[in-house]
Amino acid sequence: MTLIEILGHFNYWVFAILLMVGFYAVIVKHNLIKKLIGLSIFQSAVFLMYITMDKVEGGTAPIIQPDLPDQIYSNPLPQVLILTAIVVGVSTLALGLSLIVRINERYGTIEEDEILEAD
Amino acid sequence: MTPELTLITAILLPLTGAAAIAVASRFGDNIREATTLVIAAALAINVWQLIPLVMAGDRYDIILTEILPGLHLALHLEPLGMMFAALASGLWIVNSIYSIGYMRGNNESHQTRFYICFALSIAATMGIAFSANLFTLFLFYEALTLSTYPLVSHKGDVDTVRSARVYLGILLSTSIGLLLPAIIWTYFLAGHVDFVLGGILEGVVDGPQVGLLLALFVFGIGKAAVMPVHRWLPAAMVAPTPVSALLHAVAVVKAGVFTLTKVITYIFGIDFLFGEASSGWLMYVTSFTILTASIVALRQQNLKRMLAYSTISQLSYVVMAAAILKPLAEVGATVHMVSHAFGKITLFFAAGAIYVAAHKTEIPQLKGIGRQMPWTMAAFTIGALSMIGVPPTGGFVSKWYILAGAFQAGNLIAIVTIIVSTALNAAYFLPIIYMAWFMEPESSEKAHGEAPVTMVIALTFTAALVLLFFLFNAPVVELERQIVEQP
Amino acid sequence: MTFNEHLPALQVIVPLLSAPIVILLTPRGLAWAAAAASTLFSLFIAIALAMTTVTGTALTYDLGGWEAPYGITLSIDAFSSLLLLIVTGAGAVAIIAGKASIDVQIETHRQPLFYSAWLLALAGLIGMVISADAFNIFVFMEISSLASYILIAGGPDRRALPATFKYLITGTIGATFYLIGVGLIYMLTGTLNLADMEARISEVTSLNPLLAAAGFITIGLALKAAVFPLHVWLPNAYTHAPHMVTAFLAACGTKVAIYVLLRFNFFVFQANLPEHAVQFAFFLMPLALLGTVIASAVAMFEGHLKRLLAFSSVAQMGYVLIGASLLNASGLMASVIHLFNHAMAKAALFLAVASLAIRFRDLRVDELAGAARTMPWTCAAFVVGGLSLVGIPGTAGFISKWLLILSVMDHGHFGILLVAIIVLTSLMAVYYVWRVVEKLYFAAPRLSNVRVNEAPLTLLVATWIVALGNVAFGLYPELPLTLASHAAETLMEHPR
Repeated sequence: MTLIEILGHFNYWVFAILLMVGFYAVIVKHNLIKKLIGLSIFQSAVFLMYITMDKVEGGTAPIIQPDLPDQIYSNPLPQVLILTAIVVGVSTLALGLSLIVRINERYGTIEEDEILEAD
Repeated sequence: MTPELTLITAILLPLTGAAAIAVASRFGDNIREATTLVIAAALAINVWQLIPLVMAGDRYDIILTEILPGLHLALHLEPLGMMFAALASGLWIVNSIYSIGYMRGNNESHQTRFYICFALSIAATMGIAFSANLFTLFLFYEALTLSTYPLVSHKGDVDTVRSARVYLGILLSTSIGLLLPAIIWTYFLAGHVDFVLGGILEGVVDGPQVGLLLALFVFGIGKAAVMPVHRWLPAAMVAPTPVSALLHAVAVVKAGVFTLTKVITYIFGIDFLFGEASSGWLMYVTSFTILTASIVALRQQNLKRMLAYSTISQLSYVVMAAAILKPLAEVGATVHMVSHAFGKITLFFAAGAIYVAAHKTEIPQLKGIGRQMPWTMAAFTIGALSMIGVPPTGGFVSKWYILAGAFQAGNLIAIVTIIVSTALNAAYFLPIIYMAWFMEPESSEKAHGEAPVTMVIALTFTAALVLLFFLFNAPVVELERQIVEQP
Repeated sequence: MTFNEHLPALQVIVPLLSAPIVILLTPRGLAWAAAAASTLFSLFIAIALAMTTVTGTALTYDLGGWEAPYGITLSIDAFSSLLLLIVTGAGAVAIIAGKASIDVQIETHRQPLFYSAWLLALAGLIGMVISADAFNIFVFMEISSLASYILIAGGPDRRALPATFKYLITGTIGATFYLIGVGLIYMLTGTLNLADMEARISEVTSLNPLLAAAGFITIGLALKAAVFPLHVWLPNAYTHAPHMVTAFLAACGTKVAIYVLLRFNFFVFQANLPEHAVQFAFFLMPLALLGTVIASAVAMFEGHLKRLLAFSSVAQMGYVLIGASLLNASGLMASVIHLFNHAMAKAALFLAVASLAIRFRDLRVDELAGAARTMPWTCAAFVVGGLSLVGIPGTAGFISKWLLILSVMDHGHFGILLVAIIVLTSLMAVYYVWRVVEKLYFAAPRLSNVRVNEAPLTLLVATWIVALGNVAFGLYPELPLTLASHAAETLMEHPR
């Protein structure tokens, strides 16, 4: 694999790195907010993967232009999919944060180990 | 009423009876006990009217539902089950009369629960007797285990509950752990689990697998109490004596050997098993059980525990007789089921009567008790003689057939076992009889007299049955002959 | 098109659309009535659909008339029908019966929101079952998950909050893994329609990304399905959730994930990936075996009734996976029918638990001593459910265990080992069920509990309907059996 090929897959490398960074934070951090931040990074990585795969070389935004019959378009479907996934991600984040608020109200802390001790 | 319907009512009668007893208990104890007796009598009439039909060679089938292909919930009327059902339903009446005296004389608590669970276990027993296949039998077998648990743990204190757990633990784990796989294996091999004369396994399994399958059945049917799965029976002795008498001398344990006999005759087929060398181990195991249990019984101080070990040994007589795999021995197995039932229920009745009248549970306390309780001890003596196999008692008849079968098969192990165990039986029963009649009571003894009259009636009746069975055993022999001598 | 032809769409639309309506119904009891009506209607649709699929026909429905592979397709065969029965049945019974229990646990002013989340969870689960499109499955999965997080955290027990958070993290990771897998397959094939995917994967030449996709999807769904050892989120979530939510989710939550898992593996991957079948079996079988044994062992020594039953769920799902990993029709049939039968048993048990919870504040087994004296009907229903869980003949649980052992026996010496494990874990189930039954029936009640009385009538009736359902499907198992055998056939039909 040449350097160019490696660089050519730049987006995929970033996807993998972000995925791991997010996963690491989810597992290692004890602070619930930090966990949630990790989860968001984890999800965002996947969004990046979907966005990357729809890119067609030389393609433009997928809006049909009748005067340019030879125009190449990027694949619109993954973008639509990932819009949905982003909505899902945001809802999850919102729900997670509101859970943290409730946890803070009931336990007075958002540190995982302290919560475990409290019960 | 058609015979098919009678089979169903035999199960439904005690089942609805349980509900009726629950309702009747609100109107007072007398009404409740009367209900029990009425239902027991109705059941006996219901079951006994089938006897002439079976004697005439008729068989009846009824399929309630098909669960899976080849797997039915079905009832079938055949001689072995007929005999078992007639025995259990008949003795239930006697036992109910006895229970009334025992439970009242002892001021037991939870009497309503006692009568309800008793009716439920009789319903399960009827189900076992009339099962047309292993699946149906297994269903009622488990129902019997569960419905007897409250009876065994009746007293409710820590020791009783611990013993009752042993009881339930062994019976449930052997049945689910070994019997169920054996049934599924049978289904896997034969495609169905129906009881068919001559067996269903011939030609589909051979070699060591036969021995293995037989082992799953023998030890899976924990109720037959073949060593080493016998521990539940002494544990069950914490139950009130009527429970020990009817369930752990007749219904439950006989359900075990009955199931085993059915498996040997209807699932394996005696001719098929006789030809398979890998099934020979059963003879050694039962012989070991007979002798060991007798020796253990010899060392017991508690009367009921001694009777329990005696039961274990006697049950293995039945299994061994069935395992001789010769027609005469099969007849002996069935006859022994009946004669042992009469004898052992008498012994337990006597033990319970002694407990209620004199509050004695240990054997050395029985010195001179025959003078105070002549009826009870006379019945006890008759029962004990039947256990040893002395004429003119029922026990002699069954031993005769088993020995004849053993000679027919040239089975030396069986012959020796029977002779040695007879000596052992005498060794643990005769001292009690001697003590009761011929030794002086302790000087500090207070006079207590006989047990309540209902108990005395019951035990006298069963003692009479022991003697009568010596003379009138032809119907049982005839029923069994129908199975073993058909082409 | 007639009304009947729209049933597949209505199945998911009815609960989905009634969810926002319910929020507006603030007057007392109205939200409950509307939600109950909606779930009941869903159940009727599921039954109507099952009447069609039981004959072996499969239904497809193109949303908005757009045909596959461009449009979104719903497809319903025997397998999905069985799952629909479980999901809608559990959803309807729990909500209708559970009003008393919900009234105790959820404040009145929050109830419309609670019922709305309930309907969303139901709609999401239904959507996962009937959607024929990989991405839609993801969306429905997240709808149901988000709604379940709300439901689980909605109770008065504060321990539910961290439990839900854990579930949220695990659930999201699982869903994201699934999404990665779907993305990889989309890159290779350019389609999201499951049937289309199956056809096009065979043209794919580079197998490595496909293997990665299979791995991501399987692990993602295994997380959602609480397959051992990915089950750690489940016991706490089930234990501290409101009792009715536990009854609902325990009956159907993880099963839908297993359903998607089986569909993906048998429809999409096994047809095309060489050796995938074997890999699938080698991956699942050890986990399934370990899962049943370990989770059963934990349940044996667990002191809290709900947690005990939760671990038992993990163990029972192991049976489902054992059947599936045998890779033959009889094994699959056993595992599919066990999905149904286990749902019946667990629904009965958790409904009984909910009844107990109305009278007993503390659900630790020791605290429930002697409950049968004051709540005889509830405890009797618990016993029936327990018998079905153990697999005593005459109950639904027996049918699946029988079929499972029978199919396992086909595998020679290895099969004997499997039989031994199944039997051993059944005995463990006997132990943990009996431990509870003995406490309920034969222990002296605590002084503080002497005066409790029987559960509310509606709850009791519903509990008994489900309990008797266990007996009915144990004696007349034809409907689930036929559905399961069709399901197994369809799963196996796809070329190897």
